[in-house]
Amino acid sequence: MSLYLILLFPSLTIALLLALRSSRAVKWVSFVGSLAQLALLIAFYFHFKSLDSGTAIKPFKYQEQITWFPSVDIHFHIGIDGIALSLMLLTAVVMMGAVLVSWNIKTLVKEYFILLILLSIGAYGTFMSLNLIVLFFFLEVAVIPKFLLISIWGSGNKKYSANKLAIMLIGASAFIFTGMVSLYFMLPEGERSFDIIQLSQTIIDTNIQSLVYVLIFIGFGTFSAVFPFHNWVPDGHSSAPTAGSMLLAGISMKLGGFGLLRVATYLFPLAALQYAEIVIALGAVSILYGAVVTMMQKDLKYLNAYSSISHCGFIILGMGMLTQTALNGAVIQLISHGIMTALFFAIIGMIYERTHTRTIGEMSGLLTTIPFISTMLIIVGLCSLGLPGMSGFVSEMLVLMGCFEKQSLFHRAAAILSAMSIVITAVYILRAVTKVTMGDTHGSQIAYRNASWNEKLAALLLVAAIFIIGLYPQWLVDLVSNDTKLIIDKILLSK
Amino acid sequence: MPISQLMILPFLSLMRTELIVTGSLLLFFVLYLVQLKSNRTLLTLLHSMWLMVLITAFISPDSGTLFADTFKSNGLISFEKTFLFIFFGIILCFNADWLLQQKNLYEFIILMLAALLGICMLLSSKHFLLLYLSLELTAIPIATLCVLELRKRAASEAGTKMIFSSAFASGILLFGISLMYGLSGSLYFNDLSVLKLNSSLHALAFILIFAAFAFKLSLVPFHLWTADVYQGSPITITTFLSVVSKAGSAFILLAILYNVFPNFEPLWYNLIIVVSVMTILIGNLFAIRQTNVKRFLAFSSIAQMGYIIAGMSAFSNEGASAVIYFVTIYGFSNLIVFGVFALVSQLTGKEEIEDYRGFYHQNKLLSWSLAIGLISLAGIPPTAGFFGKFLLMTAAASKINLYFVIFLGLNLMVSLYYYMRIVRNMFESSDTPLQTIKLNLAAKTGIYLCIASILLLGFIGWFYDHIQQLVMLN
Repeated sequence: MSLYLILLFPSLTIALLLALRSSRAVKWVSFVGSLAQLALLIAFYFHFKSLDSGTAIKPFKYQEQITWFPSVDIHFHIGIDGIALSLMLLTAVVMMGAVLVSWNIKTLVKEYFILLILLSIGAYGTFMSLNLIVLFFFLEVAVIPKFLLISIWGSGNKKYSANKLAIMLIGASAFIFTGMVSLYFMLPEGERSFDIIQLSQTIIDTNIQSLVYVLIFIGFGTFSAVFPFHNWVPDGHSSAPTAGSMLLAGISMKLGGFGLLRVATYLFPLAALQYAEIVIALGAVSILYGAVVTMMQKDLKYLNAYSSISHCGFIILGMGMLTQTALNGAVIQLISHGIMTALFFAIIGMIYERTHTRTIGEMSGLLTTIPFISTMLIIVGLCSLGLPGMSGFVSEMLVLMGCFEKQSLFHRAAAILSAMSIVITAVYILRAVTKVTMGDTHGSQIAYRNASWNEKLAALLLVAAIFIIGLYPQWLVDLVSNDTKLIIDKILLSK
Repeated sequence: MPISQLMILPFLSLMRTELIVTGSLLLFFVLYLVQLKSNRTLLTLLHSMWLMVLITAFISPDSGTLFADTFKSNGLISFEKTFLFIFFGIILCFNADWLLQQKNLYEFIILMLAALLGICMLLSSKHFLLLYLSLELTAIPIATLCVLELRKRAASEAGTKMIFSSAFASGILLFGISLMYGLSGSLYFNDLSVLKLNSSLHALAFILIFAAFAFKLSLVPFHLWTADVYQGSPITITTFLSVVSKAGSAFILLAILYNVFPNFEPLWYNLIIVVSVMTILIGNLFAIRQTNVKRFLAFSSIAQMGYIIAGMSAFSNEGASAVIYFVTIYGFSNLIVFGVFALVSQLTGKEEIEDYRGFYHQNKLLSWSLAIGLISLAGIPPTAGFFGKFLLMTAAASKINLYFVIFLGLNLMVSLYYYMRIVRNMFESSDTPLQTIKLNLAAKTGIYLCIASILLLGFIGWFYDHIQQLVMLN
């Protein structure tokens, strides 16, 4: 199977959408397109597993390469390993949910779906790329769709949020770019390359590593909302339309986490060791800060946006620990949080469509009027606070277990502080969910219509994903552990 | 073979573009004398001249020199000229209606051809005297073209500013050239290229020459004329100034820095860094505040020029190729933005950014074209502008000047902000949206040509490789 198919399907969908006129047809084509993409990736998963048993550990089982700019050593080199494949599966699931949730869009329908799919192309491309330039290219492809989705179909202070998001992300890209090119030019003449596989085999000087790591960390850290660079998240997520928030929190933030893993940690093992304690500290601060700020929120979307910062802190924490369990946890947290937060935003969108408010204090007793949606809200809330049996539990548990594999006081303290956030999470989630779903109903709320088929399908799809990971996490651990082991081995070797 | 025959062949082939332009220039003079009045015929003639230039561009470019080694042509130079003519053709496409109704079409065509001839000679010059003459041949017709709309006050202001600043630049250039002559005893580029940076007089002479080109490229602190001239001139002329004339000046500055003064590199590297930082900063900051589309594009193009010279700082083949590559892509992106503004302004007379609120709802194709052009100018993929900026900044990074690269990258944030403001404006709803603008075939051709180049050029790595080969052969 060719990897180009993964990029081809969404591109074909866009081409088809351009030719269509009726908005009904646009929706159905997008739906079928995203379904086909999901099916394709599941097929890839099974094919990938069948390759797994026979061969020895080899980083990228599928690879494709065509020359792009031969004179500057830019090749369109793509390939997937377990981490990339699992993140692409996440993208396909979230994308499908996003298409289904957007069924009621009224203005500029065609443009809306084209931008959504363009955003997903950016994500697929980033996860697949094995060349730094290709990775950068796809990372930037996703910026304009985000900006336009927020500023055209968004709500609230949308101009401000869209500007803030686009400007911060481009600023982050500036750091990533500087890191990449300075790495290229600081390497000795014969070893210069942008190719990730080739770079992973060269021994990069310690000084170069520690300089470039910082630049790359700032860049991708901004994408994944690490503590001092998190400002774009709350505004961006809460002003975006429902599907936009789902993609932003579900996929876009994951690009940052993925970049930190694939570029920063994998290519610069020495620097990763050198800065591990700072990374851990930033992760722990993000977790606690996010959680504490979430407690103050009155708006459901802001609640989820700030809790995303807290949850994404676990990814950073896991990466800082540099043990295999913690890294597995970090990757699974990427996926689990992606699904969970997408579902959360989808549910918030559905509630908002009916109540026309997102303020927690103005809602009560929704369980009796819109039982399906309220049930989903309870489920996603429980997942967020890490109830066993759901995906959030698995990933955060793995990260914390990985933390305890390290003996020093610092690591213990970070782990204990981070674990405390789970209590805070329980406080804010239970308070919000109880207020919204339980209690008396206002008279006017009886008339809310129940969830439509598309909303039900979207929610069930994402809930199913949460339980599949929560009840049987082994398949995901198997999928990613080969590749996390490679990263850890490389770090141990460089010591 | 007789000597005369030997001489005439290289003359015909090396100067083919200039000869065609000069020939048609004479033809239009004759037609003016016989009082041919039909605009349609004139434009057809102009188009056939343009076509001839493009067809002859496919003759395999051979390199050589003429006129006692003062004029040279090679693959790279004909490539650059071809692109300038492609840009000119697209300008004609977008302004087809305006040209048809133009009362002073003779003046327009004759002056335009003179300016084009000047730019072509400029690119080919190998001697400072020829360079100076061709620079004047470009500057004076353009200044005259700025006042094509005689009755407008702003037009006379634009024309006056243009002619004064051009004259000033020429004066500075002449001063620099004469100092150079005093120091080296020659004005041939070949002789000057071995000159060493021995004294502060050398530095002064070089800086004077550099300043003249800084005027042409409107680099800070010589940018003050740009916005007023852009605003006052008819948008067709503004487009020509901003695309063809800027591209030509960028090409010749590149040649002067790389081929004529390679030994002055320590001096001009620092000069470029300072000027580039100032230019980008001022261009970007002023562009944010503009409300008129022409002034807006003036400041945004100032910022783009800052990026172009940043790429020149690399002093390598990669740097030269990146600059040429970027200029071609910048040309297409700027042309489509100007083209849409021209179509709107010529039909409705509206030139404010605010007028474009809700533009998308009536004019889908025009809005997408404008959006693609602006996204490309902002350097965001999947447009070619991304690859242009990317290669340019990679070239600039080759000296490992980290702060400079971060500066360039962070300034993309600012430019993203003001470009995207217009894009967002178009998609919003408005009470008084602009009317639907009917597009004729010529305008559509221009639009599709630009969109295709912007979307495809980046993915064709061959294009960049071709430029790099030409640069290496140069």
